[in-house]
Amino acid sequence: MTDGERRHPAWVSWASSVGVLAVLATLPFVLKSYHLGIATQILIFAILAMSIDVLAGFSGRTPLCHGAIFGTATYFVIYSVNIWDLPLPAALLVGVAAATVLSAVFAILAVRVSGVYFLLLTLALGLVVWGVCLRWSQVTGGENGLRGDLRRGALADIKVFYAIAAATSLFAYIAMRRFVNSPFGLTLRGIRDSESRMASLGYNVTLHVFLAFVVSGFFAGLAGSIYAVFNNYVSPSAVALPQSVQGLLMAIVGGIGTLVGSYVGAALIIMLELFVSAFTERWQIVLGSVFVAIMLFAPEGIVGKINQLTRRHSQSKNTNP
Amino acid sequence: MSNPPKPLLDLTAVVMQFGALRAVDVAAMSIAIGERRAVIGPNGAGKTTLFNTITGVLRPTSGRIAFDGHDITRQLPHRRAKLGIARTFQITNLFPTLSVMDNMKLALRGLKPRKFSMFGDGALTAEERSIAEHALGMTRLGERQSAIVRDMSYGEQRQLELAMALSSTPRLLLFDEPAAGLSPAERTIVAEIVRSLPRDITVVLIEHDMDLALGLVDYVTCMYEGRVLVEASPAEIRSNATVQDVYLGKARHHA
Repeated sequence: MTDGERRHPAWVSWASSVGVLAVLATLPFVLKSYHLGIATQILIFAILAMSIDVLAGFSGRTPLCHGAIFGTATYFVIYSVNIWDLPLPAALLVGVAAATVLSAVFAILAVRVSGVYFLLLTLALGLVVWGVCLRWSQVTGGENGLRGDLRRGALADIKVFYAIAAATSLFAYIAMRRFVNSPFGLTLRGIRDSESRMASLGYNVTLHVFLAFVVSGFFAGLAGSIYAVFNNYVSPSAVALPQSVQGLLMAIVGGIGTLVGSYVGAALIIMLELFVSAFTERWQIVLGSVFVAIMLFAPEGIVGKINQLTRRHSQSKNTNP
Repeated sequence: MSNPPKPLLDLTAVVMQFGALRAVDVAAMSIAIGERRAVIGPNGAGKTTLFNTITGVLRPTSGRIAFDGHDITRQLPHRRAKLGIARTFQITNLFPTLSVMDNMKLALRGLKPRKFSMFGDGALTAEERSIAEHALGMTRLGERQSAIVRDMSYGEQRQLELAMALSSTPRLLLFDEPAAGLSPAERTIVAEIVRSLPRDITVVLIEHDMDLALGLVDYVTCMYEGRVLVEASPAEIRSNATVQDVYLGKARHHA
């Protein structure tokens, strides 16, 4: 952790890590397979949301193309198993590599702009991918998509797959946390705060944002690859704009710039969607109202709000002993 | 100066045009290695715009800027920083959501390969810590290392601007009104810091406070409407009638 972020004593972070691991380890024994599937989905989408947070929360550039990067990995994994007959581990690597290359191409085009121009440019780039997936039907299956057969052998057991997804998600979280707290991560936060000052200190802002974009795309691709195995099916909706928006919403609702918030956001949005849609067809109204409420009362997101409250609490304790 | 030393910074016919406004039109200006130079002039004289062309924030419309013999007229700001040009900003330009020490880290690592360490430990090395603590001590911020910049007072933020400039080891240091808006006590700190800089660092200072500026420098450039009006020693500047007309006229009551 950097000096600016040390807000909890060490035992709190140890205790919470042990607690989270204990909960993750107990879930397969207490949840039915349907609910374990939901937990798996949350763990996968949290990776996507965190990859967006690396750019939106730490580099000050909000992307709307990560659904396309995520879905590209999904397409590549299923395609390389179906058509190229690759073994699954190799197919997963192909998926991640394809997403990383795509994000490098996107980055070259988008890093020179910021703010709303960055948002719109990445949105347009994502739409291009969607258009290709929809129209190039010989390869992508068009609207019908591609059906895979990836959950063979032990993977057919949701408990086994849950364990793999949980391990991947934990790895992604630890790696991204390490990334944002590294010297390079600090330069990203510097760029978020003042690009002109960074340039005058000798930082090549464009290069740093490019690298951040590629790292972020790598993790979005990791999420998309695992999702291919989970879902066993991919269609243009996997690369469509709503996917990008949903990932961004998860990061924002949980708390932009917190990483952990992505888990809270992913859990909230996925569970709300499933549970509310069981009661009413108008579930999107409920979801919308929840977003409005969060933006009004906790614009920094749920985890962001909690951090703010605990910091204020510890400050008032320090000033009035 | 009978035998002028080799110039570190050399401007030839530098023009910066914004539409119909010729913000900077400097025929020639040359600053020697180790020199202390003040750039004075009324508001709108083009002082900050001149700094922006030297640091690369703006590309001059025409003319040539040479630094240590290299033509840097078209180089990007971060390239010029690599050559050894550092600056402070007239309008405070810090990293507001970061702590004082994180601001210092960014200043220290701007020219170091460590800034690219993606999964490495972000903690300060012993060497970085000693440079940072020395610079923070000089600017009276030694006790504020973990304060978040946006929570600090304006004066403290100005002090951090200076600490960051001190922590890199530039060859040319440009101060853009370092004492603007500060109390007399804080101005003394600024003067002390500028005076304490090693003599091999070349310093150019924009400053409105004449007593402060003229006490710190060897030579003064007075600008007016984008042009160099007078270049002279501080003593000559004080008694120069043209300078008084354009610049000191308003302040004559306390001179």
